[in-house]
Amino acid sequence: MVSALHRKLLRDLTRLRGQVLAIALVVASGIASYVAMQSAYESLRESSERYYGDNRMPHVFVHLERAPEAVRGRLEAIPGVATIETRLFETLLLPMPGLNEPAVGQLVSLPPGGVPALAALHVRAGRLPEPGRADEVVVLEAFAKAHGIGLGGKLPAVLNGVRRDLSVVGLALSPEFVYSGTASSPFSDERRNGVIWMDREAIAPAFRMEGAFDDAVFALQPGATERAVTDAIDRVLAPYGGLGAVGRDRQGSALMLETELTQLSSYASVVPAVFLAVAAFLVNVVLSRLVMLQRAQIATLRAVGYRAIAIGMHYVELVGTIVVLGALAGSALGAWMGSAMMSIYEPYFRLPRLDYLLSPAIVVKAVIVSVVAALAGALQAVRSVLALAPAEAMRPEAPARYQPSLLERIGLGRLFGDAGRMVLRELTRRPLRTALSVFGIAISVSIVIMARVKDDAIAVVRELELGEAHREDLLIAFRRPLPDAAEREIAHLPGVISTEPGRTVPVRARRGHVFRDVALVGHPAKPSLRRVLEWPLREVALADDGVVLTDALAEILGVRVGDAVELEVFQGDRRTITARVSGLSYEMIGMTAHATLPTVHRLLGEEGGITEVMAKTDPAHEKELDRRLAELPTVAAVVRPASLRESFDKQTGGVLIVTTIVLTLFGATIAVAIVYNNARIALSTRSRDLATLRVLGFTRAEISAVLLGEMAATVLLALPLGLLMGHGLMVLVAETSKMETFRFPAAVSAPTLGFAVAVTVVAALVSALIVRRRLDHLDLVGVLKARE
Amino acid sequence: MGSIRGPTVLAARGLSKVYRMGDFDVVALRDVDLDLAESELVVLFGPSGSGKSTLLNILGGLDVPTSGSVRYRDHDLGAANESQLTRYRREHVGFVFQFYNLIPSLTARENVALVTDLADDPMDPEEALALVGLRERLDHFPAQLSGGEQQRVAIARAVAKRPELLLCDEPTGALDFSTGRVVLSVIDRVNRELGTTTVLITHNAPIAAMADRVVRLADGRIKSDERNAARVRPEDVAW
Ligand SMILES: Nc1ncnc2c1ncn2[C@@H]1O[C@H](COP(=O)(O)OP(=O)(O)O)[C@@H](O)[C@H]1O
Ligand SMILES: [Mg+2]
Repeated sequence: MVSALHRKLLRDLTRLRGQVLAIALVVASGIASYVAMQSAYESLRESSERYYGDNRMPHVFVHLERAPEAVRGRLEAIPGVATIETRLFETLLLPMPGLNEPAVGQLVSLPPGGVPALAALHVRAGRLPEPGRADEVVVLEAFAKAHGIGLGGKLPAVLNGVRRDLSVVGLALSPEFVYSGTASSPFSDERRNGVIWMDREAIAPAFRMEGAFDDAVFALQPGATERAVTDAIDRVLAPYGGLGAVGRDRQGSALMLETELTQLSSYASVVPAVFLAVAAFLVNVVLSRLVMLQRAQIATLRAVGYRAIAIGMHYVELVGTIVVLGALAGSALGAWMGSAMMSIYEPYFRLPRLDYLLSPAIVVKAVIVSVVAALAGALQAVRSVLALAPAEAMRPEAPARYQPSLLERIGLGRLFGDAGRMVLRELTRRPLRTALSVFGIAISVSIVIMARVKDDAIAVVRELELGEAHREDLLIAFRRPLPDAAEREIAHLPGVISTEPGRTVPVRARRGHVFRDVALVGHPAKPSLRRVLEWPLREVALADDGVVLTDALAEILGVRVGDAVELEVFQGDRRTITARVSGLSYEMIGMTAHATLPTVHRLLGEEGGITEVMAKTDPAHEKELDRRLAELPTVAAVVRPASLRESFDKQTGGVLIVTTIVLTLFGATIAVAIVYNNARIALSTRSRDLATLRVLGFTRAEISAVLLGEMAATVLLALPLGLLMGHGLMVLVAETSKMETFRFPAAVSAPTLGFAVAVTVVAALVSALIVRRRLDHLDLVGVLKARE
Repeated sequence: MGSIRGPTVLAARGLSKVYRMGDFDVVALRDVDLDLAESELVVLFGPSGSGKSTLLNILGGLDVPTSGSVRYRDHDLGAANESQLTRYRREHVGFVFQFYNLIPSLTARENVALVTDLADDPMDPEEALALVGLRERLDHFPAQLSGGEQQRVAIARAVAKRPELLLCDEPTGALDFSTGRVVLSVIDRVNRELGTTTVLITHNAPIAAMADRVVRLADGRIKSDERNAARVRPEDVAW
């Protein structure tokens, strides 16, 4: 048996359906974004953790020049080390038939039998290489697929300057290579970055590594301190060219995975919070109005003996019903969006399986949080119900008090017509309500801006790190430092127009006890190809006697321009020198120290030597140049920024469009919900005024101007605020998703601003049309006959 | 007195109004004929539900009859569309309701100015408010005025554009006796001084004495249509 109060509840819900729908939609949007992002986060986290566990992902990674196998025992003895795997880890060129410049390959050795103690492969097809077979190779599945190579196929590789065709015996995944890029080159795509595994004994001679290793990975004992272990490893490996041991938090693939996870959880908290705040505001507005309209009903209920608390509960139930409906719909939508996100992630994360899981806890939390938010919004209205004395409630509400607005009092009243004056006074009569409406619409503007945060950030990456910072057509990296004359050799190759030398040295930058292992890059004094930049775009000058640090690095080390920083060179006699920080550069990915070539040479105590050459080339000779470069045994890698840009665009496209569309829709939902709600409430509060005006002979268009003018004024006030808040939100997202080696600028582009404004204005126009239709059907006689 | 009738301003013929209420019809007016002459003050009198408001709303262009015709001078209101009716109200009709229907966000002067802004040859808002005795309250908002004062603002607003027709639906219905009398004398004064054809609805019999002519409605029909021998000043009416 449905009680009378519940029947009233149902009728109220039906009567208010437009506003109920608006609130429910806002709640649903917030909950959907929360559920989608949180479940995607948990699924990705869960899948990768399981993979890491099953395939023994190492905790610590170290690369070095060369150490005899005997050193392994000393590493194993370090307290806290549970397991160690020594191996060979080499870069080589893979001259794939489908590519212009050769792909860069990462060769990782496998112990006899192919099953390492750590970082075990997940074989998808075929088998591991047989011991002693120097021609058998296991290939990273994504790379093989991208080139259409199957089991039994041939893989061309340049092993120490000699081109060989290797037999593909297996396709595999590895927990070390989950993400397609690496920290230093996150834009590389699967066609241009391959990973291959071969038998260690069989390939050692090609690299002169018999009885030696140049890479080691470690698992730690539970409770071991990572920092203590890495310090100990560094001490042991210092004489062998150790490049600094790092934990998972700085391993390329693990880092990128972590970056994605951090961003997801950052979005998963920021975005829903905004929506729920808006929902609370809408609940507040709608319920306050409802309670006001139902004063007499409330009083009657009190008079016939309902307790105040029961009536209060009635309104709480009303709000609860709306919100729970919205939250459930939002959860369903969120689950769908979450699994859609998983399929978008699938190609980017090479996991054996990426299962979508939606834990009930997420949904429960979503519902609870949204109910709490709505109750917060309902509080004031329900309190006023409780406070209402039965007798007082029976009297009609006193006529609203108005006064000339501030603008009029300072003498600007003449600027406004009657309609303008009514709009102005209406807005200033309830300053808090007006402020909240303005704020709410501003939020929607800012959400639409945030929807495009990644687009804008990515545009910056593209312009900065794939564009202005790399004006060269080609970067040729050498296997080891070469005399300066190597640049002339490159310059004489066919199609090379101009060249510029560079020297990259791994160093440990240190201040006090804080340090990071970074690349020190030497540039010509006035580089014109590979350049050092800051954001907003400007070239950073290189001083003769100092180093320029990535601002992320400076921040971590706690140094400013003018401070000193220690650089420990991971090469030769491993000298440590002190350099002055002469400037800061902006780089979204990675951490680097920049200096002039002479400075780098002085730091190294060397006369000269370069490790890479940047070149401007003539496209007409591209084929021939590539062929000649592939023949040079000294060349380790050839990178074309243009190819990077191309694969970058391909890679970023899909994900971005989806998030942009979804967040834009959500932002527009908020704008419509707020503008529509305000207008409906204005319509209900003001229908008597408007009907009066009609009776006095005002046309429909003229009375619409009064109501729509109010909407327009609110939206106009909200736009600039929204743009500001959007920028703030970008800063917030940029800050919360910032990682040591990945950050993006809170840059808002002009098209984004225009887009946000357009979405809001369209949303407002749609609401205006709905309201206008209602105005046209205003029942003049009926409205005027009724007592307020 | 009352034998000299001016030209006819408004002529209604065979007016009926039927409201469809779900399955059955409510007949509010049945075959009503009514002529209004220039400058006369007509009291529409009858029990509640007899169709007074319905008739007044149709005469004022707020509503349209189910059948029958209304002519205002040369214009056929029956054939008018929505925007023509709006123009008719805007140019020729002033309304006063039981609930004053002032715009709460506008002052007395501004409420009147709402109408004078639209009209061709209006009074000054100040002049209109002086006519209803509110010269001193020009800049008060409705919430700062008593019920009777608000009704007088409504009358000032109705007459400020110098309409040919002033239609008042129970203007004293929400007022006490003495305040009501002030309002009635304002209407009386407007009718005398401006010569505005006035229709006044009431269900208080004594008020009929202030009219030139009393039309009685019952059950949607005109029961009687009589001229008063003399108009009693509202100040002398008691009810
Ligand atoms: N909008 C309406 N819908 C249905 N019935 C109506 C409507 N307006 C008036 N009526 C009915 O028409 C009849 C006449 O109403 P009305 O003209 O308001 O009477 P009066 O003003 O004399 O009290 C009444 O029975 C009333 O219930
Ligand atoms: Mg009536």
